[in-house]
Parts: sequence; C-alpha cells; structure tokens
Amino acid sequence: MGDFITLAGVGMTYATASGPVEALRDITLGVRRGELVALVGPSGCGKSTLLRIVAGLRRATLGVVTVDGRPVSRPIPEVGMVFQAPVLLKWRRVLDNVLLPAELAGRDPSAHRGRAHALLELVGLGEFAAKYPTELSGGMQQRASLCRALLLDPPLLLMDEPFGALDAMTRDEMNLELLRVWGEARTGNGARKTILFVTHSISEAVFLADRVVVMTPRPGRIAKVLDVPLPRPRTVETRATADFGALSLKIYEALIAR
Amino acid sequence: MPRLAGTLPSVALFALLLVAWQAAVGVLGIREYLLPSPLAVARALGASDIPWLSHAWTTTVEIVGAFLLAGAVGVALGIAIAWSALLSRALVPFLVFVNTLPKVAVAPLFLLWLGYGIVPNMLIGALIGFFPVVINTAVGLSQVDEEMLDLGRVFNAPKWKVFAKIRIPNAFPYILSALKVTATAAVVGAIVGEFVASQKGLGYVIIATQGSMNTPVAFAALVWISVVGLAVYGAVVLAARWIAPWAETSN
Ligand SMILES: Nc1ncnc2c1ncn2[C@@H]1O[C@H](COP(=O)(O)OP(=O)(O)OP(=O)(O)O)[C@@H](O)[C@H]1O
Ligand SMILES: [Mg+2]
Repeated sequence: MGDFITLAGVGMTYATASGPVEALRDITLGVRRGELVALVGPSGCGKSTLLRIVAGLRRATLGVVTVDGRPVSRPIPEVGMVFQAPVLLKWRRVLDNVLLPAELAGRDPSAHRGRAHALLELVGLGEFAAKYPTELSGGMQQRASLCRALLLDPPLLLMDEPFGALDAMTRDEMNLELLRVWGEARTGNGARKTILFVTHSISEAVFLADRVVVMTPRPGRIAKVLDVPLPRPRTVETRATADFGALSLKIYEALIAR
Repeated sequence: MPRLAGTLPSVALFALLLVAWQAAVGVLGIREYLLPSPLAVARALGASDIPWLSHAWTTTVEIVGAFLLAGAVGVALGIAIAWSALLSRALVPFLVFVNTLPKVAVAPLFLLWLGYGIVPNMLIGALIGFFPVVINTAVGLSQVDEEMLDLGRVFNAPKWKVFAKIRIPNAFPYILSALKVTATAAVVGAIVGEFVASQKGLGYVIIATQGSMNTPVAFAALVWISVVGLAVYGAVVLAARWIAPWAETSN
C-alpha cells in the first residue's frame, strides 16, 4: 500500500521584506496510513512550515506533496490541526470554540455538543466549558484547542507542539490520552488515525511515535529517521526501559550532530 | 467603596469651581448676560416657562437617530470595503472626499432639501459620525490573526461564514471604540442642526436666547446638553459591555 502522506523534494522559501528565507530544503518523506510520526528539530528549522504545507495552508515552493494519493494544492479536507498557538476565538466560550469546526464545516453544532463535552472532560476541562478563553491558563487553552481539532474525529491529525505549555505530569497524561484517541489499542487497516506530531521533547517523541524524524537547523532538512520499535500499548513503565533510554540518546545525538 | 473614593477628588474640584465661580460673579459684579452665576443657571433650569423635558426629548431623539444611522451605514460600508477589493477601490476615494467636506457647512443644504424637523438634524449628526465607523470596521475586519483565518481555511468555510464567525467578531472592539466617537459626533450634529433652523430642541433654546440676552437659559441648555450627551455615551458603553463583554476597549 502506498504512503498516506508523501513529500518529495519539498522546499520552502519565504519571500520577506529583507529577502528570501529558506525554511525547508529537499524534504522527502512518506507517512503510512495509521502511522504516528514525530518531528523534532531545533527552533526555526521549519517544523510548523512543514505541517502547514501538508495541510495545504501554504504552497511549497519546490517539490510535490500528496495526501491520500492526491496532490495538495489547497486546504485538504478532514484534517485536525492543532496550531502551535492555541488560536482560540476570545469572543466564544470554550465549548463554542470546540464546536467551531462543526459550524465552519456546515454541520449541525448541536449534534456535536455531547462529543465536545466528552472531549473537554477527557482533557480535564469539563468544568471550564462555559468560560471564556482569557479565563484559562496557556496550558488549558492548548488542551481546548486539542478538543477543537478532535471534534469531527478526523482521520489525519497535524499537531504542532500541542502539549508544549503543559507541566510534565499533565503532559504525560495527555500523551496517554492521545495514544488512545489515535487508536493504539486497535489494529488493522485504517483503524488508527494518521498523526504528524511536532515536539521539542525527545522523550515525548520516543514515547508516542512509530518513527521519529530529526531535522537539521534552518534550512530544515531531514537529518535522520529513526524507528521506535518499543512495544505497544505503551505505559508509564515504557519510559523506564533501557530501550527507551537508548533511543532517546540516539535522537539526542542526531540532533546535536552538525 | 473604592470607586466612590476614586471619584471624590474630581467631585471636590467641581464643587470648588462652582463656589469660586459664584463668589467671583458676586465680588467682581459681572453682569448676568455676560456670565450668569451658578445659582442663576439653577434658577433657569427650574424655570417653568421653558419646556425643558420636551426640548431635551427632541434633541435626544435626534442624537439617537443620528447614532443609529451612522452606526448602521458605517458598519455596512466597512463590511463592503473589506468584502471586495473592487468595492473598496470604488468606495474609499469617495468616502475620503465626503469626509474632507466640512460637514457642518452642509447643514443649510439638508434643511433646504428636507425642511424643518428632526430628520435633517439626524442626518447632519450621522454625516459627522459615520466615517470613523467605516474606517474602524474595515480595519477590524482585516486585522485578523493569520492563524484564525487558517482555521477557516482548514474547514473550507465559505467567505461569508469567515466574516460572520471570525472577522466581524474580531472587528467588534474596533467598531465599539468608533461608536463612542460617533455618540459624541451625533450630539454635535444634532445641536448644529438645531442652530441652523429649528423650533425645538436644546440647540434652538440657545439660539433663541441670543435675542433676549437671557444667558442663564443658554447655560441651562448647556447643562441639559451635557446630561443628554453623557447619557447617550454611557448607554453606548453599557450596551457594548453587555453585548461583547470580552471586547475590552480603552476609555
Ligand atoms: N510567514 C512567514 N514569513 C516569513 N518567514 C517565515 C514565515 N513563517 C516562518 N518563517 C521562517 O521560516 C523558518 C521556519 O519557521 P517555522 O515556524 O516553520 O519553524 P519551527 O521549526 O516551527 O520553529 P519553532 O520550533 O520555534 O516553532 C523561520 O526561520 C521563520 O523565520
Ligand atoms: Mg513551530
């Protein structure tokens, strides 16, 4: 079976007032359907740019991107996007922010209320459904934006440091929830979602991913792609295994090797 | 009661000024038709031969009408400008031209075309007050966080939906702060209209005192105008806070 996402020779150069900025160079990568791929790399290496290109929000200046066999030339449907900033609409209560995708996509929001509440419960924001975003902490806003991305249960998730603003404990909890949402317990074709997950945390990448893509500093290129053959389902104990440590070290070395 | 304590200095200053004014008028023997004392103004306010409430009502209706008209037309034009580049290119130069006109100078024309009554006075107020609403609406609709617009793109939302759910709410604080300016402009417009030609309203009262040199009544009318103006302004601020509590605008 062909890859669900393919990037072939993708390059991205931003035209700015102070001249061109090359953000990405020659990215070639395939992501299988149902795979969870983590993307790590130094700040400014083009991770957010890469997610936007896959989502069809920006056009790559070089190369070809396909999702589900179709070249991406405009925003692709059925994608859940978690932006690096929470980007909540401050004039809407948290619940209405979570329901926004249904409204924008022309579906009946009232049919999704139950799911929205359940998602907020899941990330520990059940009591905050009626609050305005400004009444939430940064980490809470991030979790709300995660609920928004999950509302329509999209088969593809593009997540840009979704847990970056969380404390270590909550982050570990959220990682486990994400694996559940992804469908770790399910096997078989199409049972799992496809996830492209950007993070700065090596241990988060190793804990979640099937494969970790390590990028170089700007212009971002792929330095290394590592398989993570740790058994699933992964648990709290996974982090304490020797394999986990060894893999983390490998990624660390790939990151600092220049 | 920290709020009360906060307003205390300004209340005290105001009271002090009134007392000083009263004393100065008495001590210096200033004639009443030049500068009436606060007490004389108070007597004029209580005078039964002037139907204050009726005049104030007329002016209030004009102000509210001007405000609503300016708000509605201003927001509609702002949306039109932000909606399409073609409309923007067609409308903006024209609007800028209209705005450079000294609108007060147009007042006699309005009266010529529309005759006496509250309608021309409303139109003058609306003409003075609508421009900031247009500009702020257009700016608020376009100053949207790129990532918020990405939200719309991710879900292939149609343009009108992006306007209804993202751009227009985003423009709210901008529109509200323009509407505060409009509330003040509406007062100016209504009074100017009444100056030019009218048989009712607080502006008319002031003009009418010119012949009789009844300056205390003119001052009393000023007091009424500021009461009405403050009430309208306060209503706008309260309405804004009620409709959009998240849109905290300054002053
Ligand atoms: N809209 C833009 N216009 C111009 N340059 C941009 C734009 N967006 C990103 N860049 C540049 O492209 C490079 C990559 O940016 P990007 O946001 O993709 O990095 P990142 O890997 O997500 O960084 P971080 O980890 O800090 O979020 C940076 O040098 C940035 O300055
Ligand atoms: Mg980024």
